[in-house]
Amino acid sequence: MSLAAAKPIAEGLFVHAGGEVRLLGSQCGQCGVVTFPKQASCPRCTSLDVSDRLLSRQGTLWSWTIQCFPPKSPPYALDDPDAFEPFGVGYVELPGEVRVEALLTIADPEKLRIGMRMELTPIPAPGAEGSGVVTYAFQPADEAIS
Amino acid sequence: MTGVEDVGIIGIGIHPFGRHPGVPGLEMAAVAARSALSDAGVRWEEIDFAAGGSDAAGNADTTVAALGLTGIPFINVKNGCATGGSALTTAHAMLSAGAADLALVVGFDKHPPGAFNPLPEDWGLGSWYGETGLMLTTQFFAMKIQRYMSEHAISASTLAKVAAKAFRNGAANPNAWRRKPLSEQEILSSRMLNHPLTQYMFCSPGEGAVALVLARGKRLRDSPQRTVYLRSVAFRTRKFGSFEVFSPSIPIQSAPSPTAEAAAAAFAQAGIGPDDVDIAQLQDTESGAEVMHLAETGLCQHGEQELLIQSGATEIAGRLPVNTDGGCLANGEPIGASGLRQVHEIVLQLRGEAGARQTPEPRRVGFTQVYGAPGVSACAVLSR
Repeated sequence: MSLAAAKPIAEGLFVHAGGEVRLLGSQCGQCGVVTFPKQASCPRCTSLDVSDRLLSRQGTLWSWTIQCFPPKSPPYALDDPDAFEPFGVGYVELPGEVRVEALLTIADPEKLRIGMRMELTPIPAPGAEGSGVVTYAFQPADEAIS
Repeated sequence: MTGVEDVGIIGIGIHPFGRHPGVPGLEMAAVAARSALSDAGVRWEEIDFAAGGSDAAGNADTTVAALGLTGIPFINVKNGCATGGSALTTAHAMLSAGAADLALVVGFDKHPPGAFNPLPEDWGLGSWYGETGLMLTTQFFAMKIQRYMSEHAISASTLAKVAAKAFRNGAANPNAWRRKPLSEQEILSSRMLNHPLTQYMFCSPGEGAVALVLARGKRLRDSPQRTVYLRSVAFRTRKFGSFEVFSPSIPIQSAPSPTAEAAAAAFAQAGIGPDDVDIAQLQDTESGAEVMHLAETGLCQHGEQELLIQSGATEIAGRLPVNTDGGCLANGEPIGASGLRQVHEIVLQLRGEAGARQTPEPRRVGFTQVYGAPGVSACAVLSR
């Protein structure tokens, strides 16, 4: 699937820029705080002087878990528990910016450790395989080379 | 004496926790309320203020139809897991301000089986958050304890010991839901739900109700021998930087949790410190929460839990008994009732009426802490 053909799961969450997917956050013009997703005011100093910011694509794994049971649907898009596959979830610290919560491309606890380098990647949105709808996820940075 | 009047709990009532098919939450609330009134030796028409709520089982003030329409001012509270704590805060404030003499506080709930399934839109999040499988409280608890274990050297065995204690204490509590003791090994080898937390390390949404009768002034002096004083109650929401449930991002700069803030405020108000606490009931929606809340409330240092729990200090016969009624793990979590269940248990323990799970002396000071989404906490200090 080409990046250009992919449809983001939500408007304004991430964008295609320079052939890459980038998360779209915001930064406060007064105190510098970075948030994700972007928001209209600063959660620290309440300033309305905030602007969009493309976030770093790389960071380190701050914490993680594996979702081993099917989430209830709704709100989960995949409503067939038999088709459910466990998936990884984590917070990735983007240096100097913010810790972002994301799906992880691997669901093997042996392959996840706090502090490992991670990189952003688009993946098919759960329950939307084949439709071209994508969401964002992080994968180990070493896997990104291939 | 100071200008602020003492407030005490003179009556407690509970509807057993668990599953009660065909029994509406409001009916459980009425059972708990009647039981609390009877325990206090007070008639419903003497109560001049009430507050209470549920998350999913109806308006608390509907119970007045069952108890009697007396014209009483009744405030419905709906504040997530802090519903009971918020109702208690309201009643405590009314009494200590002298705006009422006798108050009833009631909390109840009735949830379907399985994990809670909140909708993102109700929490200020886009629908994508739920569609992609991130709208689960269990993930947050797992990631919080995962990080905490790596920072403070907490073992999986300690998580299992917390759950084993809960089920052992629940077995000694006739009002608990889960009354079968489970070994540490059974807990560790049960189904993995969210690493590092297994099935038996999580509590389940459930059903139940608790009511308390609070008094001040003369009504307090009428029954001094059974009174447990509510020395303080404080509740707080999250500050910027606190790691909370349903957060698509968290700041790198961290801040104390609402539990740390509420506990510090409750201790300061009471003029009693964490070192004085003889028995505590802490929010244990999963075993990791009990571990982390022990330190967030100031009852121990971060990292000290490993030794405390492994050495049995938090057992009923230990130096600091925690969750003596089995906590959320053995009682389940009817959201509106959970916080008041903790207070109910402290009152029983301080009175010396806790039966098979009675803690040894000294038992002068009790502490409760409830925590919920999206970052609220209520803490109370009680004493004889």
